[in-house]
Amino acid sequence: MIELTPFLKTLLSQAGLSAFETPVREVIADAWRPLVDELTVSRVGSLHGLRKGSAASDKRPRILLSAHMDAIGLMVTGSSAGLLRFTEVGGVDPRILPGQIVTVHGRKDLPGVVVQPSNRLLPESTHGKPVAMEYLFIDTGLPAEEVAQQVRVGDLASFAQLPLELTGETLAGHSLDNRASVAAVTLCLQELQHVRHAWDVWAVASSQEEESFAGAYTSPFEIRPDLAVAIDVTFAKGPGVNDYRGYPLGKGPTLGWGPNIHPALYKAFDELAEKLDIPHAMEAMPRHSGTDAYAIQVVAEGIPTMVLSIPLRYMHTPVELVALKDISRTGHLLAEFIAQLEPDFIQKIHWDD
Amino acid sequence: MTERKENLSQAPEIGAEQIALLEKLSNAVSVSGDESEVRRIVLDEITPYADEVKVDAMGSVLVRVHARQQPALKVMLDAHMDEVGFMLVEDGDEGLFRFELIGGIDVRQLPGKPVLVGKDHVPGVIGAKPIHHTTRDERKSNIPLDSLKIDLGPSGSSKAKVGDRGTFATTFQQIGPSLRGKALDDRLGVATLIELVKHAPANIELCVAFSVQEEVGLRGAKIAAYAFDPDLAIAIDSTPANDLPVWDDSENAVYNTRLGFGPAIYLADAGTLADPRLLRHLTSTGDALNIPYQFRQPGGGGTNAGAIHKQRAGIPSVSISVPGRYAHTAALIARLSDWQATLALAYQALVRLPADILSQPRE
Repeated sequence: MIELTPFLKTLLSQAGLSAFETPVREVIADAWRPLVDELTVSRVGSLHGLRKGSAASDKRPRILLSAHMDAIGLMVTGSSAGLLRFTEVGGVDPRILPGQIVTVHGRKDLPGVVVQPSNRLLPESTHGKPVAMEYLFIDTGLPAEEVAQQVRVGDLASFAQLPLELTGETLAGHSLDNRASVAAVTLCLQELQHVRHAWDVWAVASSQEEESFAGAYTSPFEIRPDLAVAIDVTFAKGPGVNDYRGYPLGKGPTLGWGPNIHPALYKAFDELAEKLDIPHAMEAMPRHSGTDAYAIQVVAEGIPTMVLSIPLRYMHTPVELVALKDISRTGHLLAEFIAQLEPDFIQKIHWDD
Repeated sequence: MTERKENLSQAPEIGAEQIALLEKLSNAVSVSGDESEVRRIVLDEITPYADEVKVDAMGSVLVRVHARQQPALKVMLDAHMDEVGFMLVEDGDEGLFRFELIGGIDVRQLPGKPVLVGKDHVPGVIGAKPIHHTTRDERKSNIPLDSLKIDLGPSGSSKAKVGDRGTFATTFQQIGPSLRGKALDDRLGVATLIELVKHAPANIELCVAFSVQEEVGLRGAKIAAYAFDPDLAIAIDSTPANDLPVWDDSENAVYNTRLGFGPAIYLADAGTLADPRLLRHLTSTGDALNIPYQFRQPGGGGTNAGAIHKQRAGIPSVSISVPGRYAHTAALIARLSDWQATLALAYQALVRLPADILSQPRE
């Protein structure tokens, strides 16, 4: 039995920057192994778990659940006197970096901290202003010779703040984008242990979403699902997010609506959430959904795709904040959706023109 | 009543026990104006070794260990217990608090940090707008303080209230030759003075101030110096090591101090000109015993000596600091060897302090 909070904390304690997801993938694989019939790793590092459905094998349709497991972080570009220069992996606002505790994945893991040199060591144009990433360093506290032995250009650095349990059943930490969704998919698989479902369920912890969507383009090609659901995080209302793009924290997942989403799937999820009394909101995604769905939808001859999102504050900072209840609601909604899928669901989809 | 323990006669050293105490001090939350957590640790540590212990009107701990021989100079040592941090000033909705800064914190160090609030160390975070919602132009400006909030979670109001203080939530860590933690400015000084109380030299009347409110204007040391009325004073603090590469790889001539070069002796800063006799005594002690030291480059900044030396009719003063990178941020990095040499230099200078030092020519 997987308990959400400790499992999520374990996920957050694992490194797994885009294209280097192995540490977190192994933890997810351990959690999924007893919940699925087959477990494989794709050519680009995504984890595939197959849980077989009960329909006759020759016409058993497939649903793909895609939650990216990769995290944003930093990559070493050079060094000077034992201090490391770096660039970003995924989108990082350099204004959140000074003073961040990181782990540098050198020949061995080294503790580090991102530092902003004092004014006197920086060009005058940066004084009192945000300091560009190119002028920041990672300081490992080690002498230059040891840094030279341990760290090479291209080594990665992960955010290293430990997750914090805040009031109101919330959790703060780095990489909740998108390990929160990986946890939701895991809860869904767990719930399906006790539920009869006709469809094959392919759970995918996808790789490289933050950079190229490499996982989201390739896993659906290999699996060829009949429909797919991307599970990701979205913006929760709070400091910095007060307009229509923010959704209340702790008031349920959002259901995506827009060009990346098949309207019939939106309708099916919306009706089911209403029926089950699961709080939810419609999230307008007028263009790119910013999720795996963008890629999945156009794989091979095209795949009907849906997006479920978990509201989260302070996205792409090391103190992302999420309500645990929203994660379990998302997992539950997915499991219920899968359980009620008739084998001919896809044939019944039609366009309301 | 705690039993009075004999002061230890051998020279103090920094080992695992002292580093563990520094860790406890670094992880404690004691923002200027509410130094209680560090004060409790200090009182526990020093009381058995002190002849007199007093908590003064502002909350500083004033400790005396009497001289065991005469004549004896009355020497004041000072280290500040307080650290920079925040105060909650407005309880918004859903556990989101506005806060003000206490002490010199660069607002650029705040976004995206975990924090601890109040006596119970309630965890919270200072978030930032997601990069996805920012524009390139917006990212050219600092995130202003009034747009940042301390987020304690939706039920935060049940755990903290306006007026509570907080600071960064960094946990102390020893990394190779380095020490990393928050508030090492000036818990390094506090830990140093705890050792000096335990190992109080017999030849001086030792007056130690674990002072409050240094970060908001050297206020605790001012009244502590008045109360002690010492013959001379030494402030033990932490000073910036700006020994990083310059952005264009030109020579760094403004390093202030450098890690690994020993304790930084002050000549002149924004608040104090060091007493030449005390300066001479410190350097000759270091030279005689091969204890490394460096001079802090004369310039801005300062220590409690700035308040102490002008108290009463004047108190000859000097400062010694453990060099540290990134003071007043979530994580300061210092070198263990510099701290060890700081304690050695201070102790050896005290046991060798000539009773007539103040009769020597100033120049």
